[in-house]
Amino acid sequence: MVAQESHQHAAPQGFIRKWVFSLDHKVIGLQYYFLALTAVFVGMALSLLMRIHLIWPTAALPLLGEIKPETYLSLVTMHGTIMVFFVLTTAPQGGFGNYFLPIQIGAPDMAFPVLNMLSFWTTFVAYVVMLAAFFVVGGAPLHGWTGYAPLSALQSAGPGQGLGADLWITSIALFCIASLMGALNFITTTLDMRAKGMSLMRMPLTCWSWLITAILGLLAFGVLLSAGILLLMDRNMGTSFFLPLGTINGQLTGHKGGSPLLWQHLFWFFGHPEVYIAILPGMGVTSQVLSTFSRKPIFGYKAMVYAMLSIGLLGFMVWGHHMFMSGMSPYTAFAFSVMTMAIGVPSAIKTFNWLGTLHKARIRFHSPMLFAIGFVSLFVSGGLSGPFLAQPALDIPLHDTAFVPGHFHLIMGVAAIFGIFAATYYWFPKMFGRMMNEKLARIHFFFTLIGTYSVFMPMHYLGLAGQPRRYSQLTELAYLHPLMGLNTFMTYAAIITVAAQLVFLFNLFWSMFKGPKASDNPWEASTLEWTTATPPPHDNFGGRTPVVHNGPYEYSVPGAPRDYVMQSDPATVAAH
Amino acid sequence: MGLVLLCVIWLITFASTYFFVAKTWWFPHGASAATAALDHQFGVTLVLMGVIFVAAQLALGYFVWRYRDQPSAARADYSHGNLGLELMWTTLTAILFIGLNLMGSPIWAAERFRPAVDGATRVEVTAMQFAWYFRYPGPDGKFGIAKPELEDPSAGGDAALGLDPADPSSKDDVVTGIMEVPVGREVEVILRAHDVIHSFFVPAMRFKQDAVPGLAIHMHFTPTETGDFEIACAELCGLGHYKMHGMLKVVSPDEFDKWLAAREAEKQ
Repeated sequence: MVAQESHQHAAPQGFIRKWVFSLDHKVIGLQYYFLALTAVFVGMALSLLMRIHLIWPTAALPLLGEIKPETYLSLVTMHGTIMVFFVLTTAPQGGFGNYFLPIQIGAPDMAFPVLNMLSFWTTFVAYVVMLAAFFVVGGAPLHGWTGYAPLSALQSAGPGQGLGADLWITSIALFCIASLMGALNFITTTLDMRAKGMSLMRMPLTCWSWLITAILGLLAFGVLLSAGILLLMDRNMGTSFFLPLGTINGQLTGHKGGSPLLWQHLFWFFGHPEVYIAILPGMGVTSQVLSTFSRKPIFGYKAMVYAMLSIGLLGFMVWGHHMFMSGMSPYTAFAFSVMTMAIGVPSAIKTFNWLGTLHKARIRFHSPMLFAIGFVSLFVSGGLSGPFLAQPALDIPLHDTAFVPGHFHLIMGVAAIFGIFAATYYWFPKMFGRMMNEKLARIHFFFTLIGTYSVFMPMHYLGLAGQPRRYSQLTELAYLHPLMGLNTFMTYAAIITVAAQLVFLFNLFWSMFKGPKASDNPWEASTLEWTTATPPPHDNFGGRTPVVHNGPYEYSVPGAPRDYVMQSDPATVAAH
Repeated sequence: MGLVLLCVIWLITFASTYFFVAKTWWFPHGASAATAALDHQFGVTLVLMGVIFVAAQLALGYFVWRYRDQPSAARADYSHGNLGLELMWTTLTAILFIGLNLMGSPIWAAERFRPAVDGATRVEVTAMQFAWYFRYPGPDGKFGIAKPELEDPSAGGDAALGLDPADPSSKDDVVTGIMEVPVGREVEVILRAHDVIHSFFVPAMRFKQDAVPGLAIHMHFTPTETGDFEIACAELCGLGHYKMHGMLKVVSPDEFDKWLAAREAEKQ
């Protein structure tokens, strides 16, 4: 164990040290959360503009006017980038992980508080640089969130490929640095700062998910950082890592000898683990919430841990499944395809174990539980389109069609967001000392569930019909014309879904100030964060050092006085 | 609340499944030799995944309703899992997913592992922002030299591809803006790109392959029906990506020979 004296710093008094350059993991967690909250509304607004443009391509919008094809592609790029990096990576890990990992393992803070502050502020700078890309000459880049070279590597490849693209790459490089610092901190904290009795196999599944996510981040972000630096050099220093001999509009680019596929390999070596970085914390929080509100131990705790570990491990061996159509050797497709299919096995284990947790449960339908149930449904729906895309033969008709965004939005977009919502409704009382409004939460839940299914399930049908991704207009190809009706339906569904998020936003801020006061353990949950005050004091446990006697999910234990046994309850539950 | 959840989850499940079963939106009519095997593999995958999808969602909806908290409900079952069950579904899903993968592999091998047959119609497909050009080797059967420094897209035709006029085997090459091929004979496409990555996507042929600068990618497909089939660009290539389309015209062998002869005659 690391000497814990260093963390017993007194609570800072000044506003700047307390709320801006704070070393307190709870404040940093909130900073990450609110950064992600602004980012998710920016990203959502961009997607709404995209959907509106697709069905009314010539409509003049207030402030923006008519959306040009290059503007549409900037929206595509920035929507994807902001959502993946500044929402799905930031909120579950940087936000909730930062706030609750130390408390759930019984630690007074993260292992490296200064590094923690530094990683948040680096993320913040990255976010500002990313947004700045909108406001430079040429606008934001149009190469998509995957930034495939040569499109991303040549200044002359289109508007937005000048300064906008440089800012985009710089922002991502900064984000990588921040994430590497964060990952080191999470791993060290989890391994070194657990309270007495908190063995690894007694950790809540949320802590396991944050640990595995941090390991993935440590191994993946370094690769993207290097790739980003190489790309910046290709763009500005005359190197040719990703650029072969070529021309743009008949003009020689001056580069030769590089490989566009090298970028794809480096990008997806990061990019595939990244989807697990986005979804693993959602799995953790879903397990936590399902168990709590089912009043039942999680079904197969060990299997859940091993499943997440194998998803993490296999996640590094499957990047090639994004490249079946890229011109990479077709023989490698066999290996990537088998590995990808293999990920279906631990994913199925998780699904069955969640269903097993609900079986013979006694379910309380509080708002966190609704979103956890929604997560399971979306995880099944989004997961099952995976085995189509994992087969290289089926990628021939489906790759780069709307089937792909349908698949990944359901699973790493909406399911992950449902994980964030479940976490928000679950931990809000602990973070802010007040309860959120349940009626508004239910309205938010049902509109969001039905709305997102109505937007993303039809994408699969569009994909079958051959509608390509990233088309700013669907008017040019005759075979796309019959799909306009379905596209229109999706846009209306998107508008309703976005409106439902305003209900959430109102509930969040209204409850923060006006919600009824929360008790220390409103959900009658068993993990350590519910043993401390609400909101937790600066050192988390008010000078106390928690000692852990039980596993994380001891609900409905026969013979126990209540239907839950806290992890810190001295009366140990018999080993099972 | 349990009942509402059950209804919503079941309704979403039935609605989603209905449109897959009814094929309301479906693959375009396939007109190539690869269609049957590919569509069959898709169908098998759809049935298997569909059964799991429906079963899992129905179970989820049923459980949340059946095991809702109510005064008369029994205390939750204190169970940490069931190793036998877990081993069973782990094994079953492993067999299912790997089996599906093995089933699909021969189709991929047929499409990608062997070169085009001798006597295939050879067409070089070149992509650039934002157009497709098609080149036939001419009577000498050889594609002539093309040089990047000679490329002039604004001039179109031979000049767009940078064909070297000094090279005799370039002189008889035929460059067109529409891809014409004979029915029933394998087509060998040689995919190139000048500037950025594009992707040659012909939904009716069940054919897709990226065109990558610096690479000449050899692929093949066999059209089995005559007709006009749209070509789409499937890889984001810049602001004109959405309008980078082309036309594949599949005609009878006689018609194709006449058409090609006429184009070759124009070059003399």
